[in-house]
Amino acid sequence: METLLEFFRTYATAIAVIGISALLALSVWLTLYAGQLTLGNAAFMGVGAYVSALLGRHLDTPFPLALLSGALAAAVIAVPLGVTVFRLRGVYLAIATLAFGEIVRVILLATPITGKGQGLNGIPPKTELWHIYLSLAVVAYVLWRVQGSTVGRAWAALREDELASASQGIDVRRFKLASFVIGALIAGWAGGLSAHLTFSIDPSDFGFSKAVQILVFAVVGGIPNVLGPIVGAVVFTALPEILRPLKDYRDIFQGLILLGVIVFLPRGLVTFLDVRRTRKLERIGAADVA
Amino acid sequence: MLEQLYNALFVGSVYALFALGFALVFSVLDILNLAHPTTFMLGAFAAYFAMTAVGLPWYVAGVLAFFVCGAFGIALDRIAFAPLRRRSAPGLSAMISSLAVTLIVVRLIELRYGGDFITFPAGAVPSLVLRIGDAVLEGIRLGIVVLSIVLMLGLTYVVRRTQLGRDLRALAENPRAARILGVDVDRAISATFFVSSALGGLAGVLLAFAYNTLDSRMGLPLELRAFTVMVVGGMGSLPGAVIGAYILGLGEVASLVYLPTELRDAFAFGLLFLVLIVRPTGLLGHRAADRV
Repeated sequence: METLLEFFRTYATAIAVIGISALLALSVWLTLYAGQLTLGNAAFMGVGAYVSALLGRHLDTPFPLALLSGALAAAVIAVPLGVTVFRLRGVYLAIATLAFGEIVRVILLATPITGKGQGLNGIPPKTELWHIYLSLAVVAYVLWRVQGSTVGRAWAALREDELASASQGIDVRRFKLASFVIGALIAGWAGGLSAHLTFSIDPSDFGFSKAVQILVFAVVGGIPNVLGPIVGAVVFTALPEILRPLKDYRDIFQGLILLGVIVFLPRGLVTFLDVRRTRKLERIGAADVA
Repeated sequence: MLEQLYNALFVGSVYALFALGFALVFSVLDILNLAHPTTFMLGAFAAYFAMTAVGLPWYVAGVLAFFVCGAFGIALDRIAFAPLRRRSAPGLSAMISSLAVTLIVVRLIELRYGGDFITFPAGAVPSLVLRIGDAVLEGIRLGIVVLSIVLMLGLTYVVRRTQLGRDLRALAENPRAARILGVDVDRAISATFFVSSALGGLAGVLLAFAYNTLDSRMGLPLELRAFTVMVVGGMGSLPGAVIGAYILGLGEVASLVYLPTELRDAFAFGLLFLVLIVRPTGLLGHRAADRV
């Protein structure tokens, strides 16, 4: 018991970061599950982080309300953005959402109230470990239930064949938009939690590399079910800690693992949890999801 | 004013060389090669290595870097893209696998040279200053502009007039039909990656020469700019990429003059977003933007 407590105290920050990474991975999982590659979630995380931190600082907003406002702000931005960018598909969609992310970064860099390049410092550390893991549990449960519902099946249909699902009466644009906006909501919430964990935030925390990192969590873990992104986030956030003694070679190991997963495990790390089903899908040529 | 136009032309030329390689791979294979900025960086370091450790003159080092990067491109394809192609994996997988290669190569370079900026030994890169009226123009930039234009014309010739170019266009149109019609698909793909990466690497060498500085992350700013260049010109269109590159070069130099420094990047990404929304096919794109 004592050693367990010791473990938690030593690695508290790492454990918290893992939980936030998992939330972010789930936020991008939503659009990937619907077959859409979007890279705007780092920016939505940034919106949540800045809005919640600024509300707390200038208006003394209570923490839960600030978090909620941050998440809602991200979702509100996601609606018009989604309406505009979902006219695009594939690589074009990915690049458009990436451009949106960069625009958010430039705006943060140029606006006095967000502290420009220095960002915000001295954000009160209000995020507790249980806040993060309760959020993760709720989000994962809800998404798991949604996946099995009509909505989830509509997303899966959209991913497999957009034209066919449209002809079956699925409102393609509304379902795409829904996955995007809910994803933004989750990312914004995670951003608020993250800002009140790390003391300071600046625009470079939410740039291109963060967007790609979030995508990597989800893809490495696997898109077939909600467990995938969580597994990916745990593995890829914990790995740097585990590989600390090999610090100089850490990126090389991460790169090799990433390459290995993409080449040999098209359905991600969750393949190991569900080998028989995967083999069956590979035989019919449906192993790749995203 | 003349100085600024001169710089815009120079920046545009480097963007064009870089984006051409990016666009070539995309047009032939529908792959967004996220390791292209890494090839760019690798070119600069290959030249640096040849000049400092082997003691070669700058022009030999530049040629050498060109071929080293070409070879790296072929290796990249065999390791990161060929296995995915065989099982016809979606485009997302290729983006991730090229990203994995980036992680590895950037770290390997850092293990040897560290993560900081380094400069070429004094006098290793020739410096020549032209004076026209009040304007001070660096001669090496003019050389880079000329070389870039020559290479772009050369690439256009290869794609339009040679057998290899016909093979590439056939492959871009329909890989299966190309194979049936006797195109050596594997050779054509290797050639694509060789040319693409050699140009990308050379762009890195030239930029490092011009600024007399290189570092392991010098490719990153070009990654997103290359997206802008390609989208503005029309995804996969080679002449479009060149036009897009000069538009971006001009716009960036102008925004450096007229906008506060924080908004330096705003032009590139604002333009990118605007074009995607208003005209996703870009200036010269002919394919539908809604291809999956």
